[in-house]
Amino acid sequence: MAILNTLVLVCLGYVALLFVVAFIADRAAAQGRARWLRSPLIYTLSLSIYCTAWTFYGAVGFAARSGLEFVTIYLGPTLVMIGWWWTLRKMVRVGRSQRITSIADLISSRFGKSNTLAVFVTVIAVIVLAPYIALQLQSVTLSFDTVAASDFIAPEATPGQQSTALWVAAGLAVFTILFGTRNVDANERHHGVVMAIAIEAVVKLVALLAVGVFVVWGISGGLTDTLARIEASPISAWDVPGSRWVGLTLLSAAAFICLPRMFQVMVVESEHEDHLRVASWAFPLYLMLMSLFVVPIAVVGLEMLPAEANPDLFVLTLPLMEGREGLAILSFLGGFSSATSMVIVAAIALSTMVSNHIVMPIWLRSTGGSAVISGDLRSVALIARRLSIAVILFLGYLYLRLSGGGSALAAIGLISFVGAAQFLPALMGGLFWRGATRSGALAGLGVGFLVWLYCLFLPSFGPSGILPQTVFDNGLFGQAWLRPYALFGTQGMDRVIHAVMWSMLLNAGAFILVSILTLPQPIERLQGAQFVNVFDHSATPGGWSGGLAQSEDLLIMTQRIMGAGQAQALFSEEARRQGLGGYLPEPSPDFLNRLERELSGSIGAAAAHAMISQIVGRATVSVEDLMAVADETAQIMEYSSRLEAKTDEQARTARQLREANEKLTQISVQKDAFLSQISHELRTPMTSIRSFSEILRETDNLTDEERNKYAKIIQDEATRLTRLLDDLLDLSVLENGQVVLNRETGRLEDLLDRAIASADASGKMRIRRKTENEQVMLTTDLDRLSQVFINLVSNARKYCEADAPELTIKVDPRDGDLVIDFIDNGQGIPRNQQAVVFEKFARVGDTKAGGAGLGLAICREVMGRLGGSISYVPGQAGAAFRVRLPLESAAALEAAQ
Amino acid sequence: MSDGKPALFVQQRTYRRRRMADAARMLPVLGGILFMIPLLWLGSGGMSTANVMIYLFVVWVALACVAGLLSRRLGPEEDQPDDKLPDEEAG
Repeated sequence: MAILNTLVLVCLGYVALLFVVAFIADRAAAQGRARWLRSPLIYTLSLSIYCTAWTFYGAVGFAARSGLEFVTIYLGPTLVMIGWWWTLRKMVRVGRSQRITSIADLISSRFGKSNTLAVFVTVIAVIVLAPYIALQLQSVTLSFDTVAASDFIAPEATPGQQSTALWVAAGLAVFTILFGTRNVDANERHHGVVMAIAIEAVVKLVALLAVGVFVVWGISGGLTDTLARIEASPISAWDVPGSRWVGLTLLSAAAFICLPRMFQVMVVESEHEDHLRVASWAFPLYLMLMSLFVVPIAVVGLEMLPAEANPDLFVLTLPLMEGREGLAILSFLGGFSSATSMVIVAAIALSTMVSNHIVMPIWLRSTGGSAVISGDLRSVALIARRLSIAVILFLGYLYLRLSGGGSALAAIGLISFVGAAQFLPALMGGLFWRGATRSGALAGLGVGFLVWLYCLFLPSFGPSGILPQTVFDNGLFGQAWLRPYALFGTQGMDRVIHAVMWSMLLNAGAFILVSILTLPQPIERLQGAQFVNVFDHSATPGGWSGGLAQSEDLLIMTQRIMGAGQAQALFSEEARRQGLGGYLPEPSPDFLNRLERELSGSIGAAAAHAMISQIVGRATVSVEDLMAVADETAQIMEYSSRLEAKTDEQARTARQLREANEKLTQISVQKDAFLSQISHELRTPMTSIRSFSEILRETDNLTDEERNKYAKIIQDEATRLTRLLDDLLDLSVLENGQVVLNRETGRLEDLLDRAIASADASGKMRIRRKTENEQVMLTTDLDRLSQVFINLVSNARKYCEADAPELTIKVDPRDGDLVIDFIDNGQGIPRNQQAVVFEKFARVGDTKAGGAGLGLAICREVMGRLGGSISYVPGQAGAAFRVRLPLESAAALEAAQ
Repeated sequence: MSDGKPALFVQQRTYRRRRMADAARMLPVLGGILFMIPLLWLGSGGMSTANVMIYLFVVWVALACVAGLLSRRLGPEEDQPDDKLPDEEAG
C-alpha cells in the first residue's frame, strides 16, 4: 500500500504543479507577455488531448486483442492534419472571423444562428461524450486499483471501484471548475488550461515512450529481439478485416474534426491560423511516437503477464511486475494526464455549449426576455458553466454505473467516436456547400443520432440493459430488418462499422435530400455565403441597420456580460474610432456587428444575436430586412445622384459668379475709363480757358482784335464745357430713369424741319426727303425726339467728308413701327467700331470735330425711354442710322413710363 | 522593361505557391492510399504484423516530413524558426 500512498501524493503534487503553471500562464496572458504561450508548439501539444486514457491504456489493449488495427485510430487524424489545407484551415478561419465558441456555435451560426440547432447539437454532444468521460473515469479508477492490487490482474467492477470512480469524477469536476471557469473569457481562450494541457501532453508522451523503451531495451533484448517476439506472438499474423481498417480510419478522421474537445483546442483556442502549418506535420509525428511502442508493449505483456491480466493496463502492470515503481508512477501519471486533460477540455467545451445554448437562452427568456435587467450576466454564465461541468461528469459516472464498466476501453471510445461523427455532414456541408439548409442539418443530425442511439449506444448497456433481448433477436416491433446489429438485413457486419455505415449514409442522405428540398431563410443564405467563401471576403453578413439602438443600453448589457472595465474599454475605443469622446459611440451597423462578435465570444452567437436584437429591436434578418438593405442602397444611390445634381448646381453657380465677377471687373474698368475720359474732356477746355485768361490778364499791350479773339475762345470753351456737363447730366438723368417725359402731339415733318434748322445743315449739305411720307402725327415727347434728330443730322453734317455731302431721310412705316433712316454719303463707320458707336465717349477715328462722344449714347437712352430704338445700319451708301419708333406712341409712352 | 521583371517573379512565386497548395491538398489522398496498401497484402499470407508495422511507421514519418516541407512552402511567414520542434517533441 506504500506505493498507493506515494501515488496519491504524487498525483496531488502533480495537480498542484498544473495549477501553478496554469495560474502563471493566465497571469502572463493577462499582462500581455505571453508570446511564448502562443507558439505553434503549444498549439500542437494542446491537440494531443486527442490521445486520452483510451490511447494511453486502451491502445495497448486494442493491439493485444486485434493487432495493428489500433493504429487506424491515429491514421485518420494524421490524414486530417496533413490535409489541413482542405478543411482545418477553413474551420479555423471561419472560427476566428465569426468568433465561434464551440462546434454547436459553428453549426448554429452557419445555419442562420439557429438556437434550435445549437440546442440539438449540444444535447447530442453531451450524450455522445458521456461514454467517453466514463471511459476516462474507468481508466483512472482501474489504474488506481491495479496499483493497489498485488497480482496485476485487472479487477472486475466492484462496489468499491464504483465509489472510487465517483470520487474521481468529483475530483475531476472540482479540478475542471477551478481550471476552466475562473472567468468568462471574452474570446473563450483559456491560456492557463492550454498551457497545463501542453505539459500533460509532454508528460504522457514521455511516460509512454519511457515504458516503451523499458520494454524494448529493458525487458526484451533490443529491436531485433522485440521484432522476433512480435513474430512469435498471437498477433503476429497480418490479418485485419479490410472494412474495419478503412472504416475506423475514416471514423477517427471524422471524430478528430467533430469531437467538441478537439474543436475547442483546434479552433476556439487557436491563437493564429498559422499555427496549423506547424501542427500539420508536428502532430502526425506526435501521434506516430504515441503509437510507436504500442505493439511491443502489447506483445511483451501478452507474453509475460498472466493470461487473465487486463491488456488495457499493460502499460502500468509491466513496470510494476518488473519492480520498477518509479516507472510505474510515471506511467500512472501519464495515464492520469491523459484522462484529466481530456476531461477538462471536454467539460469546458460542453459546459460552454450548455451554458451558451441552453441555460442562457432559457434564463434570458425566464427573466422577461429583456437584456437590460439588473444583475451580472457573467455570474449567471459562470454558475451555468460550473453546474454544467458537474452535470456532465455525473452523466459520465452514470454511464459507467449503468453500462457496468466491464467492456473494453476501446469499445467505449468507438461508441463516442461514431456519435461525434454525426456532426460531420452538417459541418462539412456547412463549410463547403452553400445549398445546405437548417432543415437539412436538423434532419441529418436527427436521423444520424437516432441510428447511432439504436445501433450502438443503447445496445452498449448490454443485452438486457435498456433494449430488451427480443429487440436484439427479432428487431424493433418484431421487424427483422430493424435489428440493431443487422439493420436492413445487413448481417454479419462488425457492429461499429455497421453503425458507422448506416448512420453516416442516412445522416448524409437526409441532410442532402432535405437541403435540396427546402428553402433557406435569408440569414442562412447570408451566413452560408460567409462560411463557404470565407477566404474571399471577411466582412460579416446580416448587418445591423441600427440607429434605433441606445448606446447606453448596449453598454449596460455589455458590462453585464464582459465586465465593466472591458466593456468600457471596448466602447471608448469604438467612440474614439468614430471620432467621438466619452464612452458612447454611435450604434453604427459596424459597431453592432463587432459588439455581437465580441459578445458571442462570451455567450455564443445565437444568444449574442438575440440580446442585441432585443435592444436594437430586430430579431432576425427577414426578407423585409433584406429589402430594407436594398432600400438603403437605393437611398444611397439617390442621395449620391442628388449630390451629383447639387455639385452641378454649384458648378453652375460658380460659373455665374465668375461671370458676374468678370462683369464687375469690366464695369470697374469702364468706370475708370469713364472717369479718366471725363477728366480729360473737362481738362482740355479748362486748360484753354485758363491759358487765355492768363494772357488777357498779364499781357498789357494787346490789341482789341486779339483781346476779342481770346475772349471768344474762352467763351467758346466755356460753352463747350457747359454743353459737356449738360450732356453728362442729361445722360445721367436718362440712365437713372429719372427723366420725366413731356407728351405732346406733333407732325413728323415739322420735327425734321426743326432739326435740320437747328443743326444748321440746310446750307452745308443737300437734304433729300419725301415730305409726303412725313405726314405722320406722333404723340410722344417731341423735344426729346427732336434732340435725337438734331444729333443725327448734325453728326452727318460734321462727319460726312464727301465732296458733295448729302443726307437722305427715309420715313417708312413697318410692322407697326415708324422707321426713320438717316443715310449720308460719307465713308460710314468702320465695321469694328459699329458696335461701340453708341457707347459713351466713343468717337470714330480721330475726327476733326471735337465732340465729347456722348451724343449717340444720349440718343440711345432717349429712344429707349420713348419705347423705340436706334441702331446703325451697315452696308448703306455711307453712315446710316435707323430710328425706330412705335406708331402707337401713346401706348408705348405708357409702357415706357 | 524593368517593370516586367518583378511582376514575372511574383507571378512565378504565386504559381509555385498554388502548386504547393495543390500538393498539400493531394497529400492526404496519397497518405490514404499508402495507408490502405497493407490491405492488398492480406491474402498473400507472407506479411507479418512486424513488417506491416515497419512499413506503416516509415510511411507515417515520410508523410509528416512532406507535410512539413509543404507547410513551410505555403506559409506567409517563412522565416519562423521551426527547426527545434521535432527534438522537443521527442523529448
